[in-house]
This record gives sequence, C-alpha cells and structure tokens, in this order.
Amino acid sequence: MKMNIAVTVNGRQYEARVEPRLLLSDFLRDTLGLTGTHVGCEHGVCGACTIFLNGDSVRSCLTLAVRVAGMEIVTVEGLGSRDRLNALQTEFREKHGLQCGFCTPGMLITGMDLLKKYPLASDEEIREGLSGNLCRCTGYQNIVAAIRAAAALRDGRAT
Amino acid sequence: MKPAAFDYVVPESLEAAVQALASANGDGKVMAGGQSLMPLLNFRMARPSVVVDIMRIPGLSAIELKDDAVAIGALTRHADLEFSELIATKLPIMSAAMPHVAHLAIRNRGTIGGSLSHADPAAELPMLAVFYDAKIKAQGPNGRREIPAGEFFVSALTNCLKPEEIVFEIDFPILKEHAGWAFEEVARRFGDFALACVAVSFALRNEKIADARVAVMGVADTPRRLRKAEDALLGMTREAQHAGQFAEMVRAGVSPSDDIHVSAEYRKSLIGALAEKALTAAWARAMGEKP
Repeated sequence: MKMNIAVTVNGRQYEARVEPRLLLSDFLRDTLGLTGTHVGCEHGVCGACTIFLNGDSVRSCLTLAVRVAGMEIVTVEGLGSRDRLNALQTEFREKHGLQCGFCTPGMLITGMDLLKKYPLASDEEIREGLSGNLCRCTGYQNIVAAIRAAAALRDGRAT
Repeated sequence: MKPAAFDYVVPESLEAAVQALASANGDGKVMAGGQSLMPLLNFRMARPSVVVDIMRIPGLSAIELKDDAVAIGALTRHADLEFSELIATKLPIMSAAMPHVAHLAIRNRGTIGGSLSHADPAAELPMLAVFYDAKIKAQGPNGRREIPAGEFFVSALTNCLKPEEIVFEIDFPILKEHAGWAFEEVARRFGDFALACVAVSFALRNEKIADARVAVMGVADTPRRLRKAEDALLGMTREAQHAGQFAEMVRAGVSPSDDIHVSAEYRKSLIGALAEKALTAAWARAMGEKP
C-alpha cells in the first residue's frame, strides 16, 4: 500500500509516493535528499530530527510522512545560507554553540520555536526549553549562551 | 527502529473511525498526535494491522466553557492547553502542569485524548483528569458514553475502553471556590516522565479548609486521588506543622515500586516532600501571597 503525498519543504513543492509507515525523518533524508535533518534515537527523546511543521517545532521521527500531506515543512536547510545565516545561526557561530554539529539542526529549530513562544528571561527557562534536545559535546553552556544572546537581540536588549 | 507495515486509514468522521476500528477486529490502533504511539511503532512494541488516523476529523479540537466545566476536544494539542487563556483562568492547575508535559516539540503535536488513552501512570494529563474528576466521553459502535476519570484508568498503559471506542471530548469541572492550589513535580530531566507528582487545591471558609482535592501520580500504576489525605485537610488552618502531617498522610496513601530510575523508598520520600511543598504553596496562593 503506497500513497501519493504533496508537501512543501523550504518553500519548494514535492510530490512522492510513499508507504504509510515511512517516517517523516526518513522521507526528508532518503526520499528528498535533505540530510540536514539528523536522526538520533528515533523515539522522540534526542531532538536531533526536530523540524518546523506548519510553523511549530515537531519531531520528524514521531510523524508519518503520509500525515503531513498538504502541510508546510521547514528544515535546517531552509533557515539560512552559508553567506546569510539567520539570527540564531549567527549567535550559534558567535558563541561556539556547536562542536560536532549532530544536534545542531534540532537545537536551531527548537531554539527558534522557544524564541517565538517564551520570554526566555532566565537561563533556567532556556535550559528547561532545551531539555528535549540532547548534545553530547558542548556541555550546553554555549548553546544556552547563543539562545540567551538571540533572546536579547529579539527584545532589543544589550547582551 | 522502523514501524512494521500497516494499513492506514484517514476517516473523516468519528463514526467512520469507529467503523474502521471495528473492522480491524481488535488489531487496529487509533492515532491522534502519535507522540506515544509512534515510539511504540518504531520499536515494533506495537504492530497493529491498521492505523486509524483521526487527526483530520473536524470539530474535535475546541476548548470551550460549558456551564461549570471546560469542555476540551480530544484532538486539542498540549501546546493549545498550555497557551490557552481560558485554561489559565478556569483550570489553573492544568495551566501550571502543561510545561511539564514532555518537551515543546512533543506538546506541539501530542493531544489530550491521546495522552489519556495511552494512560501512562507518570503522565500529567491523566492525573489532572482524575484530580478534576473529569468526564471522559467516548464514541463506540453503539453510541456514546461518559466515563468518570476515576474509572477510566485500569492499570499502567491500560484504560477501560473497548478496542473500537474512541475518546472525543473531556469535560473538566471548574473548582470555582478553590483559591488555594499548587502543582509540584520532580523528573530526572525537566519534561521527562515524573518520578513523583502531586496536585493540591482547596476552598477556605473562615480561614479553614472546607473542601480539598489531592491527586498524585508516578507513585502507583494509575494516577489517583488520595481521599484520606483530602479528608485530613478539612478544617485545617494555616500552621506550618500541618504541612508535615499532610506529607505523612500522602506517603501513607501510596505504595510505589522500584524501577530503573529510583527506589520505591525514594519515591515515597519524594512524594511526601512534594506534598508538603504543595500545601505550603497552596496556602500562600489562598492568602493572596506569591507562592
């Protein structure tokens, strides 16, 4: 049993014929070749596969590709380019918010959604917001610093 | 780490969804937000022959004031509850609990009907349903029925629904008189399933507790109200030592078990400490102080 789906990813229309059991994470990586979305645990714990679905951050490993027919997806490839990083990407670079880069796509999408929805007035709030995204190298300090800086920029405060 | 093959149906009405489940002869699974079911499918701990996707059924995601209750559609997402003004004013304990429900990306997709049906003993919404004495409404082949939350949860990950029944709405009575309330939870990592959690609320008359609610989770195979602890609060005034007595009462009312995270003894100690903290905070709130 295969089904036809049409989705918009990073502003571009894609059509594909997929099995119902295909995970959105595998659809993005294997079917569309968008390997910026990383796959870690495949059960919603590590956060590496987080993408925007209709404007909200969601786990692509906990979503079937057939369920997003007609919806709009933004992956890390859609955030900025090498020459024009977006505001949060810029802060990640400035503050050294990544080392190996495996968790970074998920950290960026989660960070952007947090910046959209929460005051992020304290490091505690930032850390609670990031609790669903695992990083094995940075120790989180610089990721928190990057989001703190992005929140200050958002609010027009000096860092 | 990939789901086994299944047939996938997307009914456009509740009736059609029930029909699809009935045709699956007990081997169908309802998928709402999928945030509990997808990990089970990925690990192949669940291998249904049919997945019935109910997310496209219209009219199941409203949050509405209905007389003395808030009616919540089964497909209402956790994030919708978290950011709802109506929930914040009418069901403040739910509002306080929502940030503890998993993580933002999960809250953006997970639904209340899904969480209740999944019946995790360490999840917030099942406990809140029991705490508020919510009415869980389900549709089956022979029509609709209303199940008191206290009877809905049978054991860990097991509810009382028949295989072809689907939760479509949950009505939460508003505790209008309850000026004092608090919600306390400890998890190993913020947003993870609770090690222990307690909700307390009460109404005051002449500065004494006149009506009380106490519910816990993470410390038994289902969330539960502690009626004896509720009764013990009646007539209480605001004195520090009462919180300690209350903590003992709560400890006496639970029988947690060991697991990979902590020992039963630790859980018991923790739930008492949280109960003491919750009662103190609830009193502060009742007196118009900052909890």
